[in-house]
Amino acid sequence: MNQIVFIELINPFKDKVFRLAKRLLTSTEEAEDATQEVIVKLWNKKEDLNHYNNVEALAMTMTKNYCLDQLKSKRAGNLKIVHDNYTDRAPQLDKKLEDSNSLEWVEKIISQLPEQLQILIQLRDVEQYEFDEIAKIVNMNETAIRVALSRARKKIRESMLNTHQYGIK
Amino acid sequence: MELNNIENIIEKYFQGETSIAEEKQLKDYFSSSNVAQHLKQYQPMFGYFSQVKEQKSTQEIPLQTKKRNVAWLSIAASVAVLLAAGTFFYVSEKNTTPVVAQSELGTYDNPEEALEATQKALALLSNNVNVGIESVQYIKEYEQSKNKIFKQ
Repeated sequence: MNQIVFIELINPFKDKVFRLAKRLLTSTEEAEDATQEVIVKLWNKKEDLNHYNNVEALAMTMTKNYCLDQLKSKRAGNLKIVHDNYTDRAPQLDKKLEDSNSLEWVEKIISQLPEQLQILIQLRDVEQYEFDEIAKIVNMNETAIRVALSRARKKIRESMLNTHQYGIK
Repeated sequence: MELNNIENIIEKYFQGETSIAEEKQLKDYFSSSNVAQHLKQYQPMFGYFSQVKEQKSTQEIPLQTKKRNVAWLSIAASVAVLLAAGTFFYVSEKNTTPVVAQSELGTYDNPEEALEATQKALALLSNNVNVGIESVQYIKEYEQSKNKIFKQ
């Protein structure tokens, strides 16, 4: 397999890998590092790729595992990056008002879900994978995925309702 | 009728029972301009899902670097081997030439003189060795203090 064939193979799902990494790692730079890592790993075992009938699912699984490892190692080292840590309060309040009108709230709400649910939301609601494909990626059965997904969606709805009605009731 | 349908799909959606086609229908509905008032609360959610899907990774992936490295590595290795071999021959060549004839070494004809000279040389050697031993005496000191502390 040469470089051109390989790039044609990964191009359809390269961005999906990136978006899944970004969902879990938050920062764009780290997500790009993760994407690169996954693609280089695939490149290194390019000779074996023929044995896998679904390289995309393999790539997504690798991404998921890599990101979870990253998160784990960061937590172990107490290195979790807290973003707006150093900004002062006034602009944050402005930002909050602005956010409430935009889609960023949804992002915040999703980022507070457990990682497993974030992965499912990303795979199903953003990337629109079929349940059998998701089952291969996360190694769960379809019923469990449906149940978890329903839980995640309801949680998002609940948090959004709370945000919307904040100060009214 | 359509509104009723959408409401049904939303209900199924939160149960995790919708198909991809139905979810697409929801996305289309919420990206349109005439969303019913009581459903507006879901709009950001579906809007967000569509928006996030637009994100793209912009970086270039560096591939093929490994192969080139191997080539460079072998070039560098062969150059190093050549250099090492070259210097070895050069140095050994230099070392072999100063092997001098016996006649050029200083020598004594008189055995007494020779004995004296030998004794002198050995004395010099022994002096130097003694200097070395003196500095080794310190170690004995350490040994003693060590034995004081760690009683055996």
